[in-house]
Parts: sequence; C-alpha cells; structure tokens
Amino acid sequence: MLDLQHITKVYNAGKATEVAAVWDVTLHLEPASYTVLVGANGSGKSTLLSLIAGNTYVDKGSIRLHNKEIQRLPDYRRSRWVARVFQNPLLGTAASLTVLDNFRMASLRGSPKWMKLGMDRAFVQAVRDKIATLGMGLEDKLAQPMGTLSGGQRQALTLLMTVMTDVDVLLLDEPSAALDPRSARQVMEIADRIISENKLTALLVTHNISEALRYGTRLIQMENGRIVRDYDQKAKSKLDQTEVISWFDYY
Amino acid sequence: MDFYLAAIIQAMCFGPLVIGLFLSMKIFNIPDITTDGSYTLGAVIMAVGLSNGYPVMVTFFLAMAGGALAGSCTALIHTRLRIHALLAGILMMTALYSVNLVLLGRSNVPLLGYVDLFKTFSVFAGADYNTLAILLIILMVLLATMSYLLRSDFGIAMRATGDSELMIRAQGVNTSRMKGYGLAIANALVAASGALMAQFQGFADINMGIGIVISGLGAVIIGDTVINFLKISAVSIMLICVLFGVIVFQLILATALGVGVDANLLKLTTSLLVLFIVALPRVGSALQLSKRS
Repeated sequence: MLDLQHITKVYNAGKATEVAAVWDVTLHLEPASYTVLVGANGSGKSTLLSLIAGNTYVDKGSIRLHNKEIQRLPDYRRSRWVARVFQNPLLGTAASLTVLDNFRMASLRGSPKWMKLGMDRAFVQAVRDKIATLGMGLEDKLAQPMGTLSGGQRQALTLLMTVMTDVDVLLLDEPSAALDPRSARQVMEIADRIISENKLTALLVTHNISEALRYGTRLIQMENGRIVRDYDQKAKSKLDQTEVISWFDYY
Repeated sequence: MDFYLAAIIQAMCFGPLVIGLFLSMKIFNIPDITTDGSYTLGAVIMAVGLSNGYPVMVTFFLAMAGGALAGSCTALIHTRLRIHALLAGILMMTALYSVNLVLLGRSNVPLLGYVDLFKTFSVFAGADYNTLAILLIILMVLLATMSYLLRSDFGIAMRATGDSELMIRAQGVNTSRMKGYGLAIANALVAASGALMAQFQGFADINMGIGIVISGLGAVIIGDTVINFLKISAVSIMLICVLFGVIVFQLILATALGVGVDANLLKLTTSLLVLFIVALPRVGSALQLSKRS
C-alpha cells in the first residue's frame, strides 16, 4: 500500500540552522490500517506527514503508493489518493466560501474544475445527507460561509470532505489539538468512524497519549527524525498511559 | 456635456477595471500593480488598431488579449520565480511603460475622427446617451459573465485559491496555474477599461495609467465596505457593489472638482479620498472603543 523507503529530509542543509527533520525512515503501511504516530515536538512527525502529502519533498529515499513512486509529485497531484486534515481547523476549509462550495471542491478532488455550475439539487441533497450523519445539525447551514462555524464544526466537516471522493490514505495531523475536550472527542470519534467505514489507510499524529492508545491498530514513536518504537495491535493493547508517557522522560 | 454625466460615463469606463481589481486584490489577495501598465496597454493597442484601420471589435479584443498576456507574465514571475507579487507587478508595470511607448510610437495619439466602439453601434441619437447605453450593455454583459464564472466550479476554485491555498491544493488544484488564469482575466479587464477610456476621451496617452490602481482601489474599497456592511455573500451582488463603488468614487471626485478643487491637485485629491475611505472603518472602531471605555 504505502511504502516509505529510507526517506530523509534535511532543512537548511549546509547552513548553521541545518536540521535533519526525518532521517532514513522506512515505514510500510498496510491497506486499511490505522497507525498512530507519537513523539516529542521536533521529532519529525509532521514533516513525515508533509513528505507523504507532498507539501514538501524528500531529499533521499522513495515513497511508493500502490507500487507507484509518488515522491516527486506535487501535493495537488497526490491529493487524488492522499487526504490530509491539519491541526488548525481554519486550514482545511475556505472561510469565505459556503459549506456547499467547500463540499463542491471536495467532490471534485483530483478532477478538473470546469466553467460549469455543478451544484444541482441532487448534489445539494447528497451533501445534506452526508453532513446529517455527523449529528451536529450542520445540514441546515449549507449556505453559510465556513468562517461562521466553530473550530470543531469545521474540523468535522473537513474530515467529511476527505471522503467525498475515493482516497486511499488519510493523514491526520493532530486534528483535535486546537479543540476543546468535547469537540476533540467528537472529532476523533468521527475520524475513527470515517476510517473504518471507508477502509482507509490512516496515519494519525497526536500528542494526546489517551488518544494514541484508544485509536488505531499500530503505535509508532519518532525521536530525532527516526522511528524508535513500533508496536503492532497486540503489543499496543498491552501498553498503558504511564508507560507511553515514560518514553518522553529522556530530558 | 453635463459635468456629472461625464463623471458617470468615466466611472462606467472604469467598470471592467474595478472588477479586475476586485478579482486580483479581493478574490486572489494579490496586490497587482501591473494594472497601471495594462490599463495603458489596452488604450495603446486600441489607439494603434483604430489608427491603422483595424475593425473596432477585433482591436478591442486584441487590447484585452494584451492585458491578459501582461497579467500572465506577472503571474509567471510571481509563481515560477517566487518573487513577491507586489514586486512582480512593479517589474511588469515598469517594463510595460517601454512596451507601450514602442507600440504607440510617441507619447500621445489622438483618436478623434476614427470610428470607435461608441460610433459603431447606435442606440440613441445623442452621442453622450449613446455612449452611456453602450457602456451599460458592456457592463451588463461583463456582470453576467463574471458572476457565472465565479459561481462555476472553476470560479469556486479561484475564490478558494485566494482564501485558503492549502485547502484548495488538497482538493487537487494547481494554485500557481489558477493565479495565472486569475491575473490574466483581471488584467484583460483592466486593459478593456483602458481601451474604453481611450475611445471616450478621444486619445491614448502614455501616462494615462499612472495612479489608476489607486482610483480603482478606492472604488473596490467602497464596494467592499457595502459588501461587509450588508453581509453579502452572493458573488453577483458583490460585483454590483463594486460597480456602485466606482460610480460613487468618480462622483465624489467630480464634486470635488465642481466645488473648485484645482484640476492639478486631482491625483492628490484621489489619494486623500482613498486614504479617507481606508481609514474610515478604523477611525470608526477606535471611536466606538473609546466611547465604550
């Protein structure tokens, strides 16, 4: 499915501020697997997600998706297969556009955007039905600008937008970090449901240890740009919060 | 000709320009200074075409194509060479000065006596009202086309590019290309304004574009203030507000001249007026804040 082979990313190479954000990382994600990635700030988690999404390019190594090399493709080309939810709920949606406009763009992910009016009655109804599954009452706010919704509502809609087309990989970059505890739990539950219903290959980055233990089928820890721990579902189920927190006691 | 009627006709000539500026500055969030050069380019191509006997409509579309090319060049400099949009626009505007001078051959070309757009089509017997009617038709066609474009899938992608580049790239849109299309359309409209103005005033001048971006900006800000005040989210109504803005702006300038402001101080008056419009909401909120405290 998704195969990362010896990938390396160094920022500011050759300068005094040189940082090896990701160093010789090899990682294989099985189809329909849900992997959780933890690590201290600066350990390379978000950079790894950016390298997979194509927001930045690898210096060395290869990224293969369905046995096709994608590491040189720009983010907008990879978006056909790879969807990403950002930590900041404001980044995943366009604030000045209506909820419906945002969903129209999501429904055309990876397809050309022609000069035609595509929002017929059937499309509006399909979006309304899809949003109703969130149970947040947002199906009546289709004509409202996205910027008028709360962070939690926007993040939930962003998650739903990722599955408006068939994607293979879902990257979740601390999707609940900027939300209040109730919204955070709600968003994580929605993500979990979307991942299992759509059989997505998911990679979740989080600083929340209870989230890391509750969700996913595999747990990975990164440190200084490398993968230092990798637990499968069975080993992960035996971990407790105290033990995972102790991984960070190296200062 | 009635002084205020002339001001309204002039404002209508600026109609495509303010729609273009609304596209670049408000939709794409790009401060596009190419406007000063592409406005003159439109006038220059129109003047060269008419004085060489080219058909009016062909020349008009050539002027728009020239503007589109200028806008594309600015977008290429900005997106491919990663140069700030403001600097890219200034570079293009500076380069266009020489291009315009070479095309025009001299600093000023009179167009009186040539059959222009306003003489080709006859709606009313009176020349002024005929000009007004033709401009009205042009603006209505422009309004319909632009509101369709901005509501289409392509237009939504354009609007999203200016709003959240990260979001729309995640939906598979090449934002560099989208900015290219956007600046090309914006500058084609600006050039159309230049071409209309050259025909209305009866000459093309190499310096006619200086400071035009400020006049356009003032109109866009007036329109934007109305949009925000009325909480308008429909694209077609937004475009109408911007066109309303340009008429109000030109009428205020005409009133200033009417009450005796020296014509030599027109650019200073324009700048002060734009400054006043920009500062007004900030002064208003500062006053509200001090009232509350």
